[in-house]
Amino acid sequence: MVDPIISIRDLNVTLGGHAVLKRINLDVKRGEVLVLLGGSGAGKTTLLRQIVGLEQPSSGTVYVQGVDINHCSEKEVNHIRRTMGVGFQEAALFGGLSTRENVEMPLHELTSLAEPVIGIMSYLKLAAVGLGDACNLLPAELSGGMKKRAAVARATALDPELLIFDEPSAGLDPIVAAELDELILFLKRLFQMTIVVITHEMASAFRIADRIGFLCQGTLCALETKEAFQTSTDPRIRQFIDRIPDQVIESPAVQKQLRELAGIKGA
Amino acid sequence: MNVLQGIGSGVIQRLAYVGQLTVQFWSGLLVVPRVLPVVGNRGRWGAAVRQMAAIGVDALPMIAMVSMSAGFIFAMQSGAELRRFGAMTLVIDIVSIGFTRELGPLLTAIVVSSRSGSAFSAEIGTMVVTNEIDVLRTMGLRPIDYVLAPKYVAALITVPCLVIMSDAFGILAGGAFMLLSTKMTFLMYLRAVANSIVLRDVYTGLIKSVAFATIVVHVGCLEGFKTHGGPDAVGRSTTSAVVKSTLLVILADVLFTYIFYITKLG
Repeated sequence: MVDPIISIRDLNVTLGGHAVLKRINLDVKRGEVLVLLGGSGAGKTTLLRQIVGLEQPSSGTVYVQGVDINHCSEKEVNHIRRTMGVGFQEAALFGGLSTRENVEMPLHELTSLAEPVIGIMSYLKLAAVGLGDACNLLPAELSGGMKKRAAVARATALDPELLIFDEPSAGLDPIVAAELDELILFLKRLFQMTIVVITHEMASAFRIADRIGFLCQGTLCALETKEAFQTSTDPRIRQFIDRIPDQVIESPAVQKQLRELAGIKGA
Repeated sequence: MNVLQGIGSGVIQRLAYVGQLTVQFWSGLLVVPRVLPVVGNRGRWGAAVRQMAAIGVDALPMIAMVSMSAGFIFAMQSGAELRRFGAMTLVIDIVSIGFTRELGPLLTAIVVSSRSGSAFSAEIGTMVVTNEIDVLRTMGLRPIDYVLAPKYVAALITVPCLVIMSDAFGILAGGAFMLLSTKMTFLMYLRAVANSIVLRDVYTGLIKSVAFATIVVHVGCLEGFKTHGGPDAVGRSTTSAVVKSTLLVILADVLFTYIFYITKLG
């Protein structure tokens, strides 16, 4: 079997005394699209930040390309990061640079390519995401969907082996979200990239995923193929797929708090 | 016990801050060559030149106004007293030595801190809040290298230049006072200035200005990098950058002036 591109072992993350991720074990195979699904506060973004090495775990290890990214030199981490492209939830384009300059930036900084080659490469990446005409616009002049696509173009600028996206379709209308899904599949087909997508949009997950991992209150409760996930009988997954509300207001904790606030004795 | 705890934690916090500044200073110093033209990263020198325009050229009108006002006030205040002793010519020494050694570097540092130190922390703080700093790190770039280094190089070059300009404007304003209140001609005033200052007055001022530039850039950038939270946090770090850099500039001024005093340089 080929080595997994990402391998997470017994990962625990505690933030402010609260366990955000609990004993996560996960392997991401080369060339697959893995979607990590989960509700708000399930720990999805924290997991992304761990994979990219932006935060230290409380315990456990994260191997990317076979290297433990929390216990290696800065040079090794930077080398590994250069084989990754990351798209953040808010796109995080550099506000002072035009769309083209945003895509050119990693090429300028990390390669010794000649200026015209960089120009051609950045244009190709922007054209691939449908932003060929928006090269000279500033991020503030782009719509939400265009920003996300520009962020995808920047993330793919150095032809990474691994692409990671955090909520690529959050806040976008269904048509633009579907376009982004097709873009992700297109990138996978074209460049054989391994793609990890973090989302809570099921339609998107079922369209693009090879496998789906389900995060629930900091634990990875399921990691299955798309087909197995869709027919799962796990009540937590069914609740998520069938959109059943949590009835938070009727939970004992909320009721107790309400009785206390209302001054009802015997709370 | 609570008072002692408060004092202890306060001291530890301040020491930790100085530690963070020191680490950032050395990291910043190591990446300075990467900004230089020809030998450095491409594009970085261009960024430094844009910063030079923002820190230096754009600050010139304010430096001119502040220095001329201070020079004129300085001359009037000292002239009012010295006139009684018939020692008006001493005003020239006071203004020219005062500006080259002290007021030029200090006023410049305060102007740069309020204009550019605040801008650095706001810019970097916003980059932190909008994940742009995280993007840099995920690209395998060091934020200090990409964000801080061009600003530092730009400040190291422009702040001493601004100090020279501040000295000149302050001395000119002193001259305006002398022309208005005595029978001295402008040429006589300039000759008297040239006689009163020596080279060491100017270069001690310039040494100070390099230290002040370092403080303003590093405090501004550190406050930006430490931003945590939303837009209100950016506001807090901007305020903090100006307050801390102004305070540290004045403390550094005391230290440098004392060193120059005991070594007979100043």
